[in-house]
Amino acid sequence: MSVAVHIEGLRRTFGTRSVLDGLALDIRRGEFVALLGASGTGKTTLLRILGALDRPDAGTVLVPEARTIVFQEPRLVPSKRVLGNVVVGLPRGDASRERGLRALAEVGLADHARAWPHTLSGGEAQRVALARALVREPELLLLDEPFAALDALTRLKMQDLVGDLVRRHRPAVLLVTHDVDEAVRLADRVAVLKDGDLVTDETVTTDRPRDATDPAFTALRRRLLADLGVREPAPVEEGAVR
Amino acid sequence: MTEASFPGLVVPRPKLPRPRRREVTLALRTAGPLALLGGWWLASATGVLSPDVLASPLTVLDAARELWSDGQLTDALRVSLTRAVLGLAFGLAAGLLLGVVTGFWRLGEELLDSPLQLLRALPFLSLVPLFMVWFGIGESARIILIAVATTFPMYVSTAGGVRNVDRRLLEAMRSFGLGGWQLVRQVVLPGALPSLLAGFRLSMTLSVIALIAAEEINSTSGIGYLMTQAQSFSRTDILSVCVLIYGILGICADLVARLAERVFMPWRVKEAAR
Repeated sequence: MSVAVHIEGLRRTFGTRSVLDGLALDIRRGEFVALLGASGTGKTTLLRILGALDRPDAGTVLVPEARTIVFQEPRLVPSKRVLGNVVVGLPRGDASRERGLRALAEVGLADHARAWPHTLSGGEAQRVALARALVREPELLLLDEPFAALDALTRLKMQDLVGDLVRRHRPAVLLVTHDVDEAVRLADRVAVLKDGDLVTDETVTTDRPRDATDPAFTALRRRLLADLGVREPAPVEEGAVR
Repeated sequence: MTEASFPGLVVPRPKLPRPRRREVTLALRTAGPLALLGGWWLASATGVLSPDVLASPLTVLDAARELWSDGQLTDALRVSLTRAVLGLAFGLAAGLLLGVVTGFWRLGEELLDSPLQLLRALPFLSLVPLFMVWFGIGESARIILIAVATTFPMYVSTAGGVRNVDRRLLEAMRSFGLGGWQLVRQVVLPGALPSLLAGFRLSMTLSVIALIAAEEINSTSGIGYLMTQAQSFSRTDILSVCVLIYGILGICADLVARLAERVFMPWRVKEAAR
């Protein structure tokens, strides 16, 4: 299978601290990779380098031409209506309008096309941002903690929506997050970034839709948390006295 | 490994501003005024600009030296600057006060905004004769004229800035018991500072313009007086000195505004969006 992202020997230094130090990562076309890591480990820096928003200090980085980003905040232009935000930067005309409306319908906001961004709820605004990223038919979709600012219920719905849309459009995806459950729920592969390099890189084998109570799921979850420095108590035997 | 081994993939090329050294920035900033000066000198030296129209930079420098050594220039500068600064201070204070009142309180806007917009539309130069009748030809008329001229830019900027302060922030601060003057001083004014400084800049420039108009009111001192005299003796070199001084005052005013930005807004990120 051909490659959508190729990273080799990537280094990025801020001051004297190397947040990325000799990192290597390949993402296949259509593959969903979740990148976990504690705050300040350089997850977002890696994503910004892939999105051409930051420069590497050393190393090889190769990405597809068509790539889009969903940021942690919606980052909608307040002076453009919802549809205008979705088709921003596309050639003007009915074709773009149609595509924009279709993308909005896909995220369930078809009837909000003429609304102003400030009238949307947090989840709705983030769905607009998702539509804006998908309307360009990216080969690489970069998700920078897109659910972090949402409430727990909206987050679950958004995760399902993203899962659906990604299965339909098949872009390669890099999801940066610090939510282990989210990573295991959505990704084909989960990696953990620590001290400038990937310490774990594991394929998730559990079948979809994934069940959080599945033993394989919980085992992977515990391993990843341990890599992130969080120790969970071992599971209590069924029927044991607490 | 190169791009060739991965068909269809490209190296991401970020468009990032390169960090620029301070000296380079300074050099680029001074380049504009120096180029103007150079062009002037060149035009005078080649005879394109005849001395009757505009004296050459060197003649002007001589005239400036002459005025400086016999004390005329320092006197004129002192008198003119005092007028400008006093008038500007009153104008800024009035503009700030009116701007906060109309920007922050709805009643203030309803009552004051339309009369102020009406007064703002009056060209202050047309007020000169009236002011002479009302306030005489003394110092107060000049300072009042400068104050009136500088009130309005400050007022418009302040009102706009205050109105644009984040409503949610105000709401939050109200819930913590901040209100009235406290709210204005601690949240509204700092939030509106960028607009306040923009108004400050506009008003400062206008104060120099108003100064020229004010010094035409039967003046016996100041740069305007110096100009009137030079005019009657057709001394284009002295006229140029005075014009240059106004220009230098403008640049200095801008420097003061930049300094004020740095001093009053330490929380602002240095590199603005470009």
